[in-house]
Amino acid sequence: MDATILGAAVINGLLLGGSYALVAVGLTLIYGVLHIINFAHGSMLMLAMYGVYFLLVKAQVDPYAAIPLMVVVMYAAGYGMYRALIGRFSHGKDENILLITLGLSIVLENIALFFFTGDSRNITVSYSDRMIELGPSLVPLPKLVSFGASLLLCAALAWFIARTDTGRAIRAVAKERHGARLVGIDVEKILAVSYGIGIACLGAAACLLVPMFYVAPTVGHLFVIVAFTIVVLGGMGSFLGALVGALLIGLTESLSGLFLGEALGQIGISLIFILILLFRPTGLFGGGR
Amino acid sequence: MLEVRGLAAGYGEIRVLDGVDIDVAEGEIVAVLGSNGVGKSTLNNNLSGLYRPFGGTVRFCGADITGADPVRIVEMGLVQVPEGRRVFPNLSVRENLLLGSYRRGRANRARNLERVTATFPRLKERFGQMAATLSGGEQQMLAIGRGMMSEPRLLILDEPSLGLSPMLVDEMFALIRELNGQGLSILLIEQNAVQSLEAAHRGYIIEHGAVAMSGKAADLAANPDLRARYLGL
Repeated sequence: MDATILGAAVINGLLLGGSYALVAVGLTLIYGVLHIINFAHGSMLMLAMYGVYFLLVKAQVDPYAAIPLMVVVMYAAGYGMYRALIGRFSHGKDENILLITLGLSIVLENIALFFFTGDSRNITVSYSDRMIELGPSLVPLPKLVSFGASLLLCAALAWFIARTDTGRAIRAVAKERHGARLVGIDVEKILAVSYGIGIACLGAAACLLVPMFYVAPTVGHLFVIVAFTIVVLGGMGSFLGALVGALLIGLTESLSGLFLGEALGQIGISLIFILILLFRPTGLFGGGR
Repeated sequence: MLEVRGLAAGYGEIRVLDGVDIDVAEGEIVAVLGSNGVGKSTLNNNLSGLYRPFGGTVRFCGADITGADPVRIVEMGLVQVPEGRRVFPNLSVRENLLLGSYRRGRANRARNLERVTATFPRLKERFGQMAATLSGGEQQMLAIGRGMMSEPRLLILDEPSLGLSPMLVDEMFALIRELNGQGLSILLIEQNAVQSLEAAHRGYIIEHGAVAMSGKAADLAANPDLRARYLGL
């Protein structure tokens, strides 16, 4: 095996992992606080990607320039969805939240199918095919931007969760709701904020993905299955775990693609998933509760 | 400052309290005593707004807070230190204290943090540690310290001596007197009748969902009937 090819695969894998990171961090945040897998995660990412697509096609807004707008819009969508549907109909039961998000994903996907048809759409921006020399290999500019911006945004979010009062309240609600109520934290609001932030991550992820990926009503599945594996690998609810997990999964996908052939790249991911469940169900950074 | 009148409360179909009257005046320590399962925590949770009472009224500092939500109740300065501490296990001691002033007392956060750590030097030593790693006694201190951070006008202490060693129980009651000496009104919910009545000004005994006896703490402690049943003397 040629070292250059291997090096290129490693770089490619890390970059790929970077684009998974935001999706996984959003998923793990929602899991950590609400204790449920957000089944609507993929559909919300898909909607966000259509949003970015139409912003470019109809209003000539560059995907990267759309990040602030998409973050705000998706935050509001997540917050509103929690307040209007999830919180209201869950009656405080986690299983109900699970079912509601599952139902939402089905509805959203079919709405997308109805309005946008099943065709996959691609965009081209001036920098779509620009290549940057990185050590031994040439990498497409969008991949590099996606990696950098994704890590930057994850770091900003980690800072927010660690250092602000709202961040502390989010962590408090995650583990001790009763105590949180008694210090005057509006628990329902914090749950909605957490869900909103998790969905806002998808807004940013969509902006970074659209310049290098097609958009279709089912595109969310691809990312969510991978993101779910990342979250389990890193440890459910662990922030750092999601980040490290994303890079590892990106590497795995790229390397198994190299050794097993492009079409079989995702086999490595499923394999890792099974191995974690067998040998370390709490994940790499999981507390094991 | 706290007036509870005819409070009826419970869970779902089950009525635990039926017509409870309790008063706490400014600067008092008032003990609410009763055996396990008599509804002491039900009383608390209704005062703090975690549950809505079935009936009756709760007034605090002149305002009707019957059925108000916990956010508003904390905002008004009625703060509960719950049974079982309920500290945030995944947050550091410092962060637990900071969150104490999430809703109230934020302007004086730095000053109150100094004050609480002066009262509990042990917390200062453990400042960066996760609350989950503290001993039971330290967690109780942290829970009280977190309550103090919100500059309460009335502090409800639910079973503060539960699960503490006899020496720590003594310390706890000394602390309750000390806080009261600084002007804080305290509603003390306890099973430990002997020490509660020593510390309190007045007391209430709850039985069968209602107040069975009330009066000056010293009188209650001297009541022969009560001594036999609650004090084991």
